[in-house]
Amino acid sequence: MDTNGFFGNWGGAYIPEVLHQTFQELKEEYAKCRKDPAFWQEYLDLMSTYSCRPTPLSFAENLSRHFGGADIYIKREDLNHTGAHKANNVMGQGLLVKRMGKKRVIAETGAGQHGMATATMAAKFGLDCTIYMGEEDVLRQRPNVFWMEKMGATVVPVKDGSRTLKDAINEAFRDWVTNVDDTHYVFGTACGPAPFPEMVTWFQSIIGIEAAEQIMKYHGRMPAKVYACVGGGSNAMGVFKRFLDEDGVELVGVEAGGHGADSGAHAIRLSSPDATPGVAQGYKTMFLQDDDGQMKHTHSVAAGLDYVGVSPILSDLWEQKKVRFESATDDEVMAALDLTMKLEGIIPALESSHAFAGAFREAGTLNKSDAIIINQSGRGDKDIFTIAHAFEDPSWKKFIIDRGREYSSN
Amino acid sequence: MQLEQQLRNTLDKKDILLMTHIVLGYPSFEVNREVIRQMVENGVDCIEMQIPFSEPMADGPVILKANQDSLAAGTMVEDCFRFGAEMVETHAIPFLFMTYYNIIFKYGEEAFFERAAQCGIKGFIVPDLPPEMGAAFLELADRYELAPILIFAPTSTDDRMKQLAEYGRGFIYCVARRGVTGKKSEFDHDFDDYLGRCRAATELPLAVGFGIQSKEDIEALKGKADMAVIGSRTIRLVEAEGAQAVGAFIAGLR
Repeated sequence: MDTNGFFGNWGGAYIPEVLHQTFQELKEEYAKCRKDPAFWQEYLDLMSTYSCRPTPLSFAENLSRHFGGADIYIKREDLNHTGAHKANNVMGQGLLVKRMGKKRVIAETGAGQHGMATATMAAKFGLDCTIYMGEEDVLRQRPNVFWMEKMGATVVPVKDGSRTLKDAINEAFRDWVTNVDDTHYVFGTACGPAPFPEMVTWFQSIIGIEAAEQIMKYHGRMPAKVYACVGGGSNAMGVFKRFLDEDGVELVGVEAGGHGADSGAHAIRLSSPDATPGVAQGYKTMFLQDDDGQMKHTHSVAAGLDYVGVSPILSDLWEQKKVRFESATDDEVMAALDLTMKLEGIIPALESSHAFAGAFREAGTLNKSDAIIINQSGRGDKDIFTIAHAFEDPSWKKFIIDRGREYSSN
Repeated sequence: MQLEQQLRNTLDKKDILLMTHIVLGYPSFEVNREVIRQMVENGVDCIEMQIPFSEPMADGPVILKANQDSLAAGTMVEDCFRFGAEMVETHAIPFLFMTYYNIIFKYGEEAFFERAAQCGIKGFIVPDLPPEMGAAFLELADRYELAPILIFAPTSTDDRMKQLAEYGRGFIYCVARRGVTGKKSEFDHDFDDYLGRCRAATELPLAVGFGIQSKEDIEALKGKADMAVIGSRTIRLVEAEGAQAVGAFIAGLR
């Protein structure tokens, strides 16, 4: 990264002047933490006592046999506290907030996992917390809203624009420019203005550091491929970073194909020609936008991948051909989720299921002596409303209707 | 004539200038045309015309909604250029474009400058382009003699203000407070200190915006700032009472 926060052609910090000073302070504090081994140790201690780090690397024996190719290993970020990799970044930024002495945190959330993790951190560290969430996502992810509120956070439904993640980010920035003195914005993914892409990647890199050690132990050498879903890109950067300089390890990012690459209803930024370079939400990357530079609507069955931009670090790695990008449609994702539950008794989040779908396409073509790692960024069981809806499960529907009747008759 | 000189010539005749803001295509170009006519006839000295963007990060609810409604009505960047050229042709005051950087970046920076210069636009306000991100932009601004309007905020340190002032042309836009557009500001002692710091950092004229809504607000700025910026207030007025209410409102400000 150069001093202005660029990764090759991408990144930067396109921020309103009112935030300039707070970014200077954030950059300084972050630089101090990077240099201080005690900070990383404090982070590791927190993650091993408050959360379940290191998370396991599970050998998926049945899936491996089913596809008849490489041994499939699953990195279990679903077993992290709050059920997703999001907590890695949030707890790290929480320690930073404590050092900076700020009393209030805000965050955007799409699927609700980052909001959940931030509300959890705020409860633990005694901080005020406001979460911005697109109105459409509030409807899609009602259980997460319930838990965030129970942990004391204020959840603000955002009714502007497409009422999804990007609009929640804009609204969080509006809060930040207003309350900049006492508030830290816990950015949820490896996007946004510098230093967020690099800082979020740093906290998330714990995933790949653990996974590399674990695969050496179980498999005796590096994996042939590592798969991760890509929305903003924080779980992907987290698992990829450690393997970037390993020869012979191919890194594969799987984007949200929605209704298909030709449908216009998707969130494929890097593996389709639909996205073009742009600057929004404080950084330069490949955006899904029209010829005038207006952002387009995106679609994915997974709220956490339903986003117009992508990490500037991933745009750089894409341009350098260090990461290969693919996409998986909503239908492929549901099939991959179904198979994983049936064969392994593991329930990946809809977001993570994209990585599974991408890996399943290729696993059978690899040698039996190879291993691959799929990053399971989060767990799906808490998204029961979304997943049951996506499966159009009749007995679940009946349960909801009956419960609705019960509530409305009271 | 360049923007700063044009403003200074007017300042010889008035104790404070007025700049207003409109969102292009909201509620329509036809209404924009009428609003601008009333503004100019009632003594507005400079107008910033916002080219709408889908992600207006620094704008509050009023201007945010105006951006979205304008885009929903089909406003294109090319429409904004055509309308801008027409306004420059029709009225003698300086017109600026305000927009977010992606609109310029996507159009192609040089092409954007060339087109804006052809239209007779005098400068740009781009709230998400700090000078450290805008080397090419600032170089083009010099070459095309269009003023890049830089922004001071109450959170800017004295050193930062001096640094910004080096790149600014035309005038400096002093944001009156933290936050987004469209909310009331307090013009208290802290505010006077802030304006004093702004004044000490630059020779350029100072415009003050964010939360200026009344004659009293403008009175309070006389002698401390060179130009008052009325933004969301007139958008709300047009929404509530129509374009014909703008003239009397502007006339009542001084």
